[in-house]
Amino acid sequence: MKANALFTRSEMIGFAILACVIFLLLPAVLDTFRLNLFGKYLTYSFVAIGLALCWGAGGILSLGQGVFFGLGGYCMAMFLKLEASTPENTAIQSTPGIPDFMDWNQLTALPWWWEPFHSLTFALFAVVAVPVVFAFIIGVAMFRRRVGGVYFAIITQAFAAILTILIIGQQGFTGGVNGITDLRTLLGWDIRTDEAKETLYYVNGILLFAVLFAAQFVRRSKLGRLLIAMRDQEDRVRFSGYDVASFKIFIFCLGAGFAGIGGAMFTLQVGFMSPTLVGIVPSIEMVIFCAVGGRLSILGAVYGALLVNWAKTTFSESFPELWLFGLGGLFIAVVMAFPNGLAGIWVEKIEPRLLKAFKKSPAPASPAQQSTPAE
Amino acid sequence: MNKMNDKYVLRVEGLTVSFDGFKAVNDLSFYVEPNECRVIIGPNGAGKTTVLDLICGRTKATEGSVKFKGQELLEMREDQIVHAGVGRKFQTPSVYEDLTVFENLELSYPKGHGVFGALAFKRDDTVKTRIQEIATTIFLDDQLDEKAAYLSHGQKQWLEIGMLLIQDPELLMLDEPVAGMSVAERKKTAELLNRIIADRSVIVIEHDMGFVEDIATRVTVLHQGKTLSEGSMQRVQNDPKVVEVYLGH
Repeated sequence: MKANALFTRSEMIGFAILACVIFLLLPAVLDTFRLNLFGKYLTYSFVAIGLALCWGAGGILSLGQGVFFGLGGYCMAMFLKLEASTPENTAIQSTPGIPDFMDWNQLTALPWWWEPFHSLTFALFAVVAVPVVFAFIIGVAMFRRRVGGVYFAIITQAFAAILTILIIGQQGFTGGVNGITDLRTLLGWDIRTDEAKETLYYVNGILLFAVLFAAQFVRRSKLGRLLIAMRDQEDRVRFSGYDVASFKIFIFCLGAGFAGIGGAMFTLQVGFMSPTLVGIVPSIEMVIFCAVGGRLSILGAVYGALLVNWAKTTFSESFPELWLFGLGGLFIAVVMAFPNGLAGIWVEKIEPRLLKAFKKSPAPASPAQQSTPAE
Repeated sequence: MNKMNDKYVLRVEGLTVSFDGFKAVNDLSFYVEPNECRVIIGPNGAGKTTVLDLICGRTKATEGSVKFKGQELLEMREDQIVHAGVGRKFQTPSVYEDLTVFENLELSYPKGHGVFGALAFKRDDTVKTRIQEIATTIFLDDQLDEKAAYLSHGQKQWLEIGMLLIQDPELLMLDEPVAGMSVAERKKTAELLNRIIADRSVIVIEHDMGFVEDIATRVTVLHQGKTLSEGSMQRVQNDPKVVEVYLGH
């Protein structure tokens, strides 16, 4: 019975606290500009949750998650760009009705693979499907050949580099190094207004919880335990009759799908998508978010993304040249001192003390009621 | 010919594997009958573990044939070989240290082997009863909720044997099941093995001669990747070639 339930009690409390932080606390204390920033940070946590499953549970370290984040983001941006590029809006171009960057690059017609992105349904489908299909191809190619560990990490990093170069090089089709900018409306709804930004923040929060529930379901299923088993004793799993590669492909695709959703929400909230969010540096930053949060914990991944990004904004406003050193130092500190990140500190240090404090207090009859308002 | 096929569970013929020219197993042939307990002995480097690796698909053979109930195993993937009914225990205990004893056994339960099967897998009463049953057999029924990392070396070996038992393989391959065990654990393991080998074929690699005598139906002595001698324990022990390369010192 216990094992078939989706949450343990402390996990349920953790989910509830996060919901309060995202839906109540942050909107209450932040102005729209800052709230939108936090919304942007939260889009990275979609990637970090995927990494917590792939890397934390399954031991598959991908240094190329930015690829999937970017693919999702670009799919969304293509739709928005097409909507913004009506013939009226682009009347001054030599070819009205196509995105401005295409016109600057002497394109005279919309490339065929842009056509389907006139449809929002298709674009939303592509946001998830394109990263998943891409991850599936990489997964089949790597995992069927038993490429793993460091080699896999390096190859995913190469993919991140390749995609960045491809996007920058094909600027007539992709907007090049500037990315796809000047996005305005979603089915006529202006996404640049303060109200729209607030609404999008909540949509983002709801999607984040949908992803968290999905991740929790996977973690609590037998597949979640198999991932841990594979990480520790891959051969034993194989010789217990499991096709290890198919499980790795599945979890890698799942992480890619999550990252794609995050990318699309990034595009919607920030208003552009560019190759700087796809390449090696952002991909490694995403791994750092996950490591700081605690790579075994999906909730930790969310906090890690929030905290590191908040620190990045704060520090780079004051000491822009020092931030990268700070980030590097943070990563080293986490690996050396807190290998299980924030979640590890919570589980090992804070939670036992809280439990102790509550056990000591009078009225031990209702511990469940006591610990809920504790946070 | 058909009769011959029926007689043996496992037919290993002309099995050869070459690592950069070094033939770890060289033109090896042997046959295992139903319910037989075959023990493979031999000096270090004789190729004993490699033979098991070849049968279960962990190492790809260069030449030869391994037929299990008429199916050619050399063309199959590891997990397919397991589904065909071949179970393998490794030399060092391979258990999932971060999971509990119960979860270790549950992952070996032969159900929900596909990705979506594993997602939909439910811990129902049949599963629980079977795990409880196996845990009792391997003396671990009191440790079901303990993490495997906290078990003693001997208990880990038993757990891995249990993980194989729950799969109920027709051919069970054990690589040094009593290595590193205390005398008391060794005795309990012999008792355990004698109980579980009763209704299946078993291939065991073992160095402990007392233990071998206890469980073996027939013994194969390997030396430099080839069969040096084969037969009953008594016959093998009296074979001068065996005494010279292996038992003599």
